[in-house]
Amino acid sequence: MLPECDVVFPETVEQALEALSAEGARLIAGGTDLVPNLTRGVSRARVLVSLARLAGLDGLEARGNALHIGARVTLARLARDPTVSALSRAAAMIASPQIRNTATVGGNLCLDTRCVYVNQSELWRGANGFCIKTAGAVCHVVEGGKSCVAASAADLPPVLVALDATIDVASPSGARTIALEQLYSNNGATPLSLAPDQLITAVSVPLDPHTRAAYRKLRVRQAIDFALLGIAVAITLDGDRCASVRVVAGGLAPAPRRVKLDELRGERVDRAFVERVAERAEHAFRPLDNVATDRAWRRAMVPVLVRDAFDELGLSAS
Amino acid sequence: MSAKVTGAARYTDDIVLPRMACGRILRAPHARARIRAIDVSRALATPGVLAVITGRDLETKYGILPWTEDEHALALEQTSYVGEGVAALAAIDEPSARAGLAAIAVDYEVLPAVLDPEEALAHPEIKVNPSAREGNVSKHVDLSFGDVEGAFANADVVIEEEYRFESNTHAALEPHCAIGDADFDGNLTLYSSTQVPHYLHRALAKVLGLGAERIRVIQPAVGGGFGGKSEPFDLELCAAKLALLARRPVKIRYSREEVFYAHRGRHAMKMRFRTAAARDGKLLAVQSKLLIDGGARSSFGVVTTYYSGQLLAAPYHLPAYAFNATRVFTNKPACGPKRGHGSVQPRFAFECQLDELADCLELDPIELRRRNALGSEVTTINGQAIGSNGFRECLDAVERASGWREKFRKLPFGRGVGVAGSTYISGTAYPIYPNEMPQSAVIVKLDRSGQVVITSGVSDIGQGADAMLARIVAKELGCSLDAIRVHSGDTELCPVDLGAYSSRVTMMAGNAAIEACASLKERLGDIGSDFAGAVQRAEAKFGTLVGVGGYRTKKLGGDYRGGSIGASPAYSFTAHVAEVEVDARTGFVHVTKIWVAHDCGRAINRTAVAGQMEGSAAMGFGEALFESHAFHANGVHRGPNLLDYKLATTLDSPELEALIVECPDPAGPHGAKEAGEGPLHPSIPAIANAIYDAVGVRLRALPFSPERVLAALKGRKS
Repeated sequence: MLPECDVVFPETVEQALEALSAEGARLIAGGTDLVPNLTRGVSRARVLVSLARLAGLDGLEARGNALHIGARVTLARLARDPTVSALSRAAAMIASPQIRNTATVGGNLCLDTRCVYVNQSELWRGANGFCIKTAGAVCHVVEGGKSCVAASAADLPPVLVALDATIDVASPSGARTIALEQLYSNNGATPLSLAPDQLITAVSVPLDPHTRAAYRKLRVRQAIDFALLGIAVAITLDGDRCASVRVVAGGLAPAPRRVKLDELRGERVDRAFVERVAERAEHAFRPLDNVATDRAWRRAMVPVLVRDAFDELGLSAS
Repeated sequence: MSAKVTGAARYTDDIVLPRMACGRILRAPHARARIRAIDVSRALATPGVLAVITGRDLETKYGILPWTEDEHALALEQTSYVGEGVAALAAIDEPSARAGLAAIAVDYEVLPAVLDPEEALAHPEIKVNPSAREGNVSKHVDLSFGDVEGAFANADVVIEEEYRFESNTHAALEPHCAIGDADFDGNLTLYSSTQVPHYLHRALAKVLGLGAERIRVIQPAVGGGFGGKSEPFDLELCAAKLALLARRPVKIRYSREEVFYAHRGRHAMKMRFRTAAARDGKLLAVQSKLLIDGGARSSFGVVTTYYSGQLLAAPYHLPAYAFNATRVFTNKPACGPKRGHGSVQPRFAFECQLDELADCLELDPIELRRRNALGSEVTTINGQAIGSNGFRECLDAVERASGWREKFRKLPFGRGVGVAGSTYISGTAYPIYPNEMPQSAVIVKLDRSGQVVITSGVSDIGQGADAMLARIVAKELGCSLDAIRVHSGDTELCPVDLGAYSSRVTMMAGNAAIEACASLKERLGDIGSDFAGAVQRAEAKFGTLVGVGGYRTKKLGGDYRGGSIGASPAYSFTAHVAEVEVDARTGFVHVTKIWVAHDCGRAINRTAVAGQMEGSAAMGFGEALFESHAFHANGVHRGPNLLDYKLATTLDSPELEALIVECPDPAGPHGAKEAGEGPLHPSIPAIANAIYDAVGVRLRALPFSPERVLAALKGRKS
């Protein structure tokens, strides 16, 4: 049962920020993540600040050298937009058509971290002895662990981080633009670095004709499944050489994880290059038992997904 | 039928009665614990709470089988699994009910628990089920037919392997829901999403101590059962008791999590199978040893244990056969009957073993099955009388439709086909509680309006029981389907039927309907083209027109203890061919298509038969690849929700082709046999055998998850 709480409908960003400053206020857009969490008591709220009537968050357009996406743009709409194919494909892999029709881009960026020991009922969590993220003191994933390792299972963040996207954040002290990567705290219990009275209004994705990106998602079912592992690859080419390559993984840790690949700058992009990236990614990404799938298998899938991403970009033939 | 498509069908949870209260059940957080005390005083003082009950208010034990009544509506002294009910309450609304539940204080002494059946056998002192007669043994069956040891001694080939079947659950879309409603005279009406209104009626009378004549059970539209609603559940007894105490209607609806704790799903089994054969592929003997994980309660466990062996004596001729099956109590939700009750697991093992045998003898696995096919009008080694038998036709149909000969062992690495067969019962010979009364009865009333009214106790749970009765009666009387109204699932208005289980409804209620029509047909005479006119003439001549029919099985089965369990008036037969693609890099198995041939005797309703065949095959497919009803070491379910528990979506599911085979059986109504459970069995072994054809690895444990497939592939390489 959804616990009782008030709902307010601000019409301007200023009103929304004011409403968010109240004790126990939570932002709600599509509600596809928050409502199940509230129902299970994993999240709590006294006031829900709805974005339903807030104007100006629905833009979706390529302007200048960037694609600007309003925070309230639905995943279904993003999935239909061809501007950045990796992004629209990632959006199309999320949940189900019904959920994509209501879930938003901003919501996906702010998706709460997930763990087999967290996203359960109160009875279940009590029977299992609660945990750091749910009013307890222990971590059931990492023995003796002091901080929460619930996973960021959202599909858009790896792609957007790989593409060096930025977000526009509104706060009482004014608006600012930060790298999306800075949004994530890497603490599963409080995964976002945003203060409670701040909100994301838009995300901007640089558009560069020399950059290509792809996203591969590991999941058991072809729908209604969070990523067991999500690998985004973005590469900027200089002729047949790599100007820069970014590989970012989701589904592993409280924040999207990036592999350091600086030494590959200037290398020729061929089969051997792809293998080096795959090897580095497998070395860097260490899955935990925070997801209900064998971690050794998930790790073994890292290089497979990296290769598939390069295949999708047509960059591993030679 | 259209009511379900349009959403107009009224399920139990759609029913809202005046002054109806909200009921909730408090559940134990420990796998095994002693209840030292329960303090409900703060709950009773919570605003809005109307009544609170504990185990002491419903002390009488019950259980679906009268020999193993081991359940309490709410735990009395000991809880035996995480999720067992310990107290219940009714309140004016849901928030008050939640507040009341939170105010109940239970003092538990946590006790050691056993989750694994081998561990449970090794530790009889850790008694899972206080009602168990001997340690943690729920049931043991050891039966042998023919000269098993002699056959193994003289065999050309012996295949022996161990197989594991993981537990899975029904996951019907509609969660269990019940409404108790008592009138001022103390008469009780209970609405419930049940498959067995009659048995529920009996359990209510027994546990509440209320005369059965004062109780009415109504089964509204049911959103799927699959065996998961075929015994009385705590919510039904609690809703009834709370309604009597609160003097208000009380509704209790399970959360999805509670459905997982109610469970009664497929038993996990550890199975050792040995098969002896001659060089030409003729089977000489089969021997199995099965360890069955029953969970904390008996449920239908005695039947499950027998079925795990008794239902394997067809469709192949076995000169000798033995099985040794033990069902064990563990501190987990009780397992029970799920579509294909008891035989899906050993059928998986055995049909995989046949594939291994064919491989060993370098025989085509369809040909191997043909050589051993039992044929019709024969008695199996364990004394089951087979009537019509279309198994060979089923093999022919899937072989032809799938293009088997062009594919088997000929597809490129990563692609493969596999075959499997099975048989199933069309009802069982004995009622669950011994009695000589009809197992099913039907009343058909005609009047001058030309309307034909059928009343029957059958439970339509989506399988089409009502439509089946309508079609049989329409054919018997020669009226149009539009003239027929079916009233079912009401113990007050309808004559008794035992319920929707064991694939018995078409066989038994269908025959009862034919009998009900017999005297009406005589009175109607030649109806010509004007049915209403014929009825009016008959009504004028004979008075009020009512036909009554009943069905009782004759005595069936072998003359030994347990010989009647698994004995059926008629047996259905099935063969599947599955085609798969295996991604050797990831271990993902994609089942591209399953061809399903099923001998249903006579298809009374071809659309419904095809639907049951496809639904069965799809359910088996999901069990094979995705589903896992598993637990953490502390007894907590690994994911009692539909995100963690992986039901296949439409995107994952294979294309299905239903090939209806009709070999009418003299025992069935118009020749019909079952179609709702048999077609599930071969899905799983056919997929396993197809994986072997595709990549050369044998998967002997379920589910065939990518990590398991990949590990098997790595094992093969090394």
